[in-house]
Amino acid sequence: MDFNDTEQEATFRQQVKSWIGDNAPTYLREELELSGFGSTRTGSYDPLAEAKKWQKKKADAGWACIQWPKEYGGRGATPIESVIWNQEEGVYNKLSGTFIIGQGMCAPTMMSYASEAQLKRYMPTLASGQEVWCQLFSEPQAGSDLAGLRTKAEKEGDDWVINGQKIWTSGAQHSDYGILITRTDPEVPKHRGLTMFFLDMKSDGVDVRPIKQANGDSGFNEVYFENVRIPDAQRLGEVGEGWRVSLTTLMNERMAIGGGIATGFPEIQALVEELHVATGTAIDNPAVKSKLADWYAKSAGLRNTASRAISALSKGEIPGPENSIGKLVAGGMMQDIAKFSLDLQGLGGAIVDPEIARGSARIQAMLMRSPAVRIEGGTDQILRNILSERVLGLPDDMRADKGIGFNKIPSGS
Amino acid sequence: MDFDFSSEEKMVRDQVDRYLMNNCENGVFRSVLEGEGAYSEDVWRGLVEMGVPGTAISAEYGGVGAGYSTLCLVAEQLGAYLAPTPFSSSIYLAAEAIQLFGSEDQKQTWLPKLAAGEVIGTLAVTESTQESTEDNIQVSCSDGKLSGRKLIVPHAGIADLCVVVARDINAGVNLYLVDLGDAIGASPGSVSVTPIDTVDNTMNSCSVQFANTPCELLGAPGEGWHQLKVVYDRAAVLIAFEQIGGARKALDMAVDYAKGRFAFGRPIGSFQALKHMMADMYVALKLAESNCYYAAWALSTDSAELPLAAATARVSATQAYQLCARDNIQVHGGMGFTWEFDCHLYYRRSNYLTLMLGGLSTWEDKLIHALPSGKAA
Repeated sequence: MDFNDTEQEATFRQQVKSWIGDNAPTYLREELELSGFGSTRTGSYDPLAEAKKWQKKKADAGWACIQWPKEYGGRGATPIESVIWNQEEGVYNKLSGTFIIGQGMCAPTMMSYASEAQLKRYMPTLASGQEVWCQLFSEPQAGSDLAGLRTKAEKEGDDWVINGQKIWTSGAQHSDYGILITRTDPEVPKHRGLTMFFLDMKSDGVDVRPIKQANGDSGFNEVYFENVRIPDAQRLGEVGEGWRVSLTTLMNERMAIGGGIATGFPEIQALVEELHVATGTAIDNPAVKSKLADWYAKSAGLRNTASRAISALSKGEIPGPENSIGKLVAGGMMQDIAKFSLDLQGLGGAIVDPEIARGSARIQAMLMRSPAVRIEGGTDQILRNILSERVLGLPDDMRADKGIGFNKIPSGS
Repeated sequence: MDFDFSSEEKMVRDQVDRYLMNNCENGVFRSVLEGEGAYSEDVWRGLVEMGVPGTAISAEYGGVGAGYSTLCLVAEQLGAYLAPTPFSSSIYLAAEAIQLFGSEDQKQTWLPKLAAGEVIGTLAVTESTQESTEDNIQVSCSDGKLSGRKLIVPHAGIADLCVVVARDINAGVNLYLVDLGDAIGASPGSVSVTPIDTVDNTMNSCSVQFANTPCELLGAPGEGWHQLKVVYDRAAVLIAFEQIGGARKALDMAVDYAKGRFAFGRPIGSFQALKHMMADMYVALKLAESNCYYAAWALSTDSAELPLAAATARVSATQAYQLCARDNIQVHGGMGFTWEFDCHLYYRRSNYLTLMLGGLSTWEDKLIHALPSGKAA
């Protein structure tokens, strides 16, 4: 076991450091440090344009998606090198938010199922941020029960015709392409009638409408499909195999968000080190200390768990469902931290005006964003099902829809 | 960077695992718990024959010199099988204190015997039902003689050697070595050891009364409390590994039972109320395990991060074992509260280990104390 760099890793780190030192958009640093919890702050600059600019710069120098093969726009780097890159990119990594879904989830799915020609066409522009991708999975009637989705795909000649609606699609409003899971056979049990595609988001009949969220932001969208045509050549995997294809995406989703996920720990630490409460500085209060120690132990646990997963990955092991713990722990923790941090501030903690509130209202933003963390990409409850069934091997819950054709499943409507 | 144990280290772990699986099933714990002997002499002898106590003692003092990462994995197995042996007191505490602070002579005298299991050591700190502090140590030393009472000392009934935290009238708190056999032989009545009942009677806890007991200084005068903290930081990593070992077994026990027990016409493990509880046990364990790995690295490399890494591992391992032992009983329902089922063995051990080296709040405090300011980051 060695948590230090090997000589080779140290050389690589030096190389990364010096490139970032010479090229990073330092004019955004201060604002980026205040970002988080659903928003990327770039001050007077346009966040999407800045994100694309940084991504393109990285890509031109061979520092985008460094683990990908060179012919797809990457660098052919090892998992450990990728960790080093992320550590050194640091705060500028916040600019990559727009690309996470495409690069972290759509790309691995494409790489498993798309043709070589398609990969050569789409991967380099995804790596360089010139094209943004989204993932069209959830539906109004199919969230936790994703396999209950209803968006129809019907074959017409060499095309498929899509009708239906997706929801909670992050970044659809900026996206050029998306991967889309559909129902191609409503007669068979639900998991067996699904098929995956990728499509051009500018196709006729695609309508993207932002959702106004409970916290007032609009990061997610509804996407409507009305007679949208997708060529059969853009099918990913066999007809009826969509569920299996989606698992590739979801497994990578957990890897993508498991490691560097925000917990709120640095925010509460900064707060209690300077905040005065009735007993003196907050951090000296035994109740505060006890909670802070618990949260530190959890955030260190997540970091060290991610390190172990990376080690396993670098030895050729496949990331498993155990990586579901990252978001499960971080989501609840962020919410608890936000509530406790505001509690220490009394009624003044209710202020969300960044000019007046402590710490530019980051903790208030955390409070308002945290409920979503516990839902998006698998609710806390679904993650517990995954851990207990796939890791601990506990028996499945009884299912009222098991073995029944999709169109015979009771829907309550 | 490599965040995993080496194959050599894992080989030792597997060897200890196999030995304990065959020789230390829960019945061994039970027989000690029910009063048949103060510890399992058979298991202890077996471990000694394999050279296990000397794992991290250097070869020049009769050990194996395999390092602390290996010892961590050994500790994990000892915790998993609830081994009722004096390993923790003798190796993580007494031998560690001598290795760190002993004179060359003291090391030559004691370490080979501790490594070979010929001598069992322990560490005496606690004097009352208050958490120990530098200020409330009252056992005192004058003219090389100890007086006063240690309220609870693990494995004291079978120990030959005791490291004692005591106050020198002039120098402050020191560590002392007491050769118990010698002391009793030379001046009968100078040490009396009285077994006391605890939540885990397999830990052979005793009160120890010193009355003009001959002792010798261990380490630098006036540095005793600081030295104790150094020993505790190192022992905390090893105890944390025992805790995750035990937590894993308690979780496995819960999962097995939930798969086989039927109610309402289905296995109880299919109910989300129970499977979510076990998922939470798994999460706590996984976080603790990862923190323990990091602490093992800090311990084995004498990293400056050891105090923080040790406290972090200790806090999360305590939480994980407490949760797994408690909710293992809950999964078992009424059967979990019988003497016959093994759930209470983990519950007992988890609660004893929580308090050894100071309880959870003490370690939370140490963690925050060791945490670099967020402003520096």
